Formats: sequence, structure tokens, C-alpha cells
Amino acid sequence: MSWFTQIGLVHYLVLSAVLFCAGMAAVIMRRNAVVVLMGLELVLNAASINFVAFSRYSGFERPLYGHVVVVFIITLAAAEAAVALAIVLNIYNRFSTIYVDEIDTLKE
Amino acid sequence: MTGETWNVIIFWSLAAMTVVPAVALLIVRDVIRCSMLLLATLSGVAGLFVLLGADFVGFVQILVYIGGILVLLMFGVMLTNRDPVLLRRVRERGLVAPALIAGGVMLAPLVYLMLAIQWKQPPGPLPEPQYSARGIGTLLMTDFILPFEVISVLLLAALIGAAFVARMGSERA
Repeated sequence: MSWFTQIGLVHYLVLSAVLFCAGMAAVIMRRNAVVVLMGLELVLNAASINFVAFSRYSGFERPLYGHVVVVFIITLAAAEAAVALAIVLNIYNRFSTIYVDEIDTLKE
Repeated sequence: MTGETWNVIIFWSLAAMTVVPAVALLIVRDVIRCSMLLLATLSGVAGLFVLLGADFVGFVQILVYIGGILVLLMFGVMLTNRDPVLLRRVRERGLVAPALIAGGVMLAPLVYLMLAIQWKQPPGPLPEPQYSARGIGTLLMTDFILPFEVISVLLLAALIGAAFVARMGSERA
């Protein structure tokens, strides 16, 4: 039972893998466009956990590199969420729905 | 209780607080409840950052992710929500089994890979985590100066772009 009582790098990696797959599944499967954006934030958070975990456990030559990358990831996530939400609002104005399976005027 | 025991207890509590709302985000139908679940997940991630010794990143996560991005998403929910408040179903119709199966199929190779690879471990014990704000600031000005400048240009572009796209087409016919 040492996997339960000794926390190592692998624990954080598996945690971030679960978060990543949950976010990816939310992006693929949910109909509401805002929930798709929430799943996208989950994916980015999973990657951030990975970066910080590696920076802690394997970053003995270059400490804090993972932290700086995560600061950039959070900045990019904020910019991308703003633009994506602007697009979603425009779609809602145009089609009166945000369910992604009902927005299909591009296919014949 | 030793520090190592506290480490284990806090890790498993934060892991549960992070993973359980994330999986529930797949299944819950009401989008407002989904945003609350995302709040719980982001808070758990911030706690995990602090547990890993990344105090500055954890606080930036709370300030920017929860205080900025989540609030932005909730504004989006508010402006686009047409469902009635009282819902008869809690779970999205017909999505529980496919959610878990799809998530599990994506998860299995990842977990196998993470358990099978021999990760590079430091020789000796891990260093004590220190306050990281000064080190991050120094790195941003020395090793990461180019991404720092580029991201400021990107933020300007995103700001202008979002304001332009979201102007609601009041002058369109």
C-alpha cells in the first residue's frame, strides 16, 4: 500500500491525466457551448499541474521553470476564454441557441 | 502527526476535491451547476499548486482563473442561458455511460504510460520549497524575456479582438 501512503511524482501525473481526460470528454460530448469552454479550462489546468509537478520532482537543475510556464498558460487561458466567449455570444445572437448540435448551417 | 502524514492526507483530500467535480462536469445537465463544479475543481488545483511548493502560481490561479476566467464564463452563462431554472433531470440525457466509457478509454493508455516510464528523480531528498515569487520574477526578466514580450502583444491582440467580436452587431442589418 505504499502507493497510498507515499506521494510521488506519479500521483500528480495520474491526477492530471484524469483531469485531462475529463476535460477532453467534456469538450467532445457536451452540447452547451459554455460547458465546452469549461472542459477546455480543465484541460489547461491538467497541463499546468503536470508542469508544476515536474518542476518540483525533476526540476533540480532548473527550478521554477515549470512555474513560469504555468503563469504563461494561465495568461493564455484568460485571453482565449475571452475571445471564445465573445464568439459564443455572437453565435447566440445569430442562431438563438448555444447547443452545438443545433448550429449546423454550414452543412447541406 | 508528522509532516509526511499531513502531506498524504492533504494530497488525497485535494485530489478528491479536484477529480470528483471534474468527472461530475461531464454528467450534470444544468450549466450553472457545471460552473460551480468548475469552481471546485479550480480551487482544488490551486491547493495542489501550493502543496507542490508553487505558492505564487497557486495564488495566481485563484486570482486569475477563479476570479477572472470563471467569472467570465459565468457572465457567458448568464447571457446565454435559456433553460428554465427548475429542471426535472439532473443528469444530461443518456450521457452517463458514454461519458465514463469515453473518459476511461482515453485515460487507460495515459495512466499505463505514466506508470511504466522511469521518471528522472533527483539524487537525494527533495529541496525545501521556498517563496517562489522572486525567482519567477527573475526568470521572467532573464530566461523568459522573449515569451514575456510576446505575450504582452498577444494580450493586446486578444483584448482588441474580443472587444470587436463581442460588440453584438448593433449596426448590422
